[in-house]
Amino acid sequence: MKILVLAEINDGELAEDQTSKTVSAAAKLGKVEVLCASNQCSDASKKIAKMENVENVLVLEDDLFAQSLAESYSETLMDTIRSYSHVFAPSSSFGKNILPRIAGMLDVMIISDVSKVISEDTFERPVYAGNAIQTVQSIDKVKLISVRTSNFDAVPLTGSANLKKIECNTKNSLTTFIENKIQTNDRPELTSAKVVVSGGRGVGSKENFEIIEGLADKLGAAVGASRAAVDSGFAPNDWQVGQTGKVVAPDLYVAVGISGAIQHLAGMKDSKVIVAINKDEEAPIFQVADFGLVDDLFKVVPEIEKKI
Amino acid sequence: MKILVPVKRVLDYNVKARVKADGSGIDLANVKMSMNPFDEIALEEAIRIKEKGNAEEIIAVSIGVQQNQETLRTALAMGADRAILVVATDDVHNDIEPLTVANILAAIALKEGPSLILCGKQAIDNDFNATAQMLSAKLKWSQATFASEIEVNKDIVRVTREVDGGLQTIDAKVPAVVSVDLRLNEPRYASLPNIMKAKRKPLEEISPADLGVEMTQRLKVIKTKEPDSREAGVILENIDQLVEKIQETVGG
Repeated sequence: MKILVLAEINDGELAEDQTSKTVSAAAKLGKVEVLCASNQCSDASKKIAKMENVENVLVLEDDLFAQSLAESYSETLMDTIRSYSHVFAPSSSFGKNILPRIAGMLDVMIISDVSKVISEDTFERPVYAGNAIQTVQSIDKVKLISVRTSNFDAVPLTGSANLKKIECNTKNSLTTFIENKIQTNDRPELTSAKVVVSGGRGVGSKENFEIIEGLADKLGAAVGASRAAVDSGFAPNDWQVGQTGKVVAPDLYVAVGISGAIQHLAGMKDSKVIVAINKDEEAPIFQVADFGLVDDLFKVVPEIEKKI
Repeated sequence: MKILVPVKRVLDYNVKARVKADGSGIDLANVKMSMNPFDEIALEEAIRIKEKGNAEEIIAVSIGVQQNQETLRTALAMGADRAILVVATDDVHNDIEPLTVANILAAIALKEGPSLILCGKQAIDNDFNATAQMLSAKLKWSQATFASEIEVNKDIVRVTREVDGGLQTIDAKVPAVVSVDLRLNEPRYASLPNIMKAKRKPLEEISPADLGVEMTQRLKVIKTKEPDSREAGVILENIDQLVEKIQETVGG
């Protein structure tokens, strides 16, 4: 067994939580090597080297990897990847973009969104928006696994892995990066936040979403949204929690004006404590909430913000 | 240009999936099936590109059981020009893996020569999110996933992608495979006259063997089970109780 983890790095910045939890999933099978490919690797590779169970960090510093385009990986790294029995990546937009392309190149299946590692060839993954959990066994020579990171704990930073420089000398002639429009704010990242406050269709407008953001800021929380809220243009897509958005499992999830469609529950039902505020007492969200309050969110949310 | 749009027939979006008692999978007997919602968005986008005069023909493809022709008739009624049905199984419970789907679509693409293949980013049944990426790898074409905006130029498609944290814009060389995300557009409903017209549009039926594609299964499904259920909690009386619960959770 030889295990590789693709570290998620965007323009030199390591997605530490995602990468650490992916290492944690991979380490269920043994010691791992981590590929640190970016335009700037010095910070990221040092952080990765401290992660427990990482034996070697393969450092590939090249401008080709600045923006994590799928072709940059698949056109240049196939020889490296072929020598491993397992390749893990986080099931983020980074991993979902790159790993299935590598699978296609290798002619192997991808095992997406793995929530549990059972053995070297057997894994659990949710299907049908989390309404069922499947146990799947792979017969492929190389197993490519994207990890549902919310199901794994980050690894402690007690390691001291070796850094090994590697090189590649090919190009990506298929796609060209134009620009990024990344929202920057001081809030914690949605997928790793300890507290998430989410709004749904009931919030009613983009302007009204400010009360969700206000409560989130008071609690030091990340802001989430249901698909209905995103569809209605109340919130940006990268706030979306659910089957087609992000999967979160914070200590506290506050669902405001969210009815609780299956697709939304798929993204948050592993949260430790769920609080729901909705004026419709029949809303399905109350069936998964630990604490519910049947009331008007426009009255309740500002008052909570004041009292906390 | 020609645009190819693969459409999958899946358990309807509004129907709750039930795990079969013997743990062998999801029960799909006598339940409502529909076009995968993301594939509808892909098809809608293809139609809009054609309406703008940037494409001449839209070909819809579906792979699965004979009944997938209903899904293809829907695609034709929405605005696809012709359809190809690849009958790959006679059991609706037999989900064809993305790798095999990619092999079949690659074979069709080589035959039909589209400039653009528009796919839904994931099927809402197996949730793999893989076919578009695998297909572009098989064809060695450029790939642009999770599109929220597509601008077709002569040799380039400019795609704005939904990524964690925001949006990324890239240029992909044509021919390209693009997978589409939720906010790209809102698919139209087929009008009655168009549904009638769709009945006369060509629908070709072939088998994977006709394309020289072998059916394989690399992931064996050993078991399908219900997820751990969550107990409903308590309904609180007032805001103060709620504040207390939130503080208890956050504080410790």
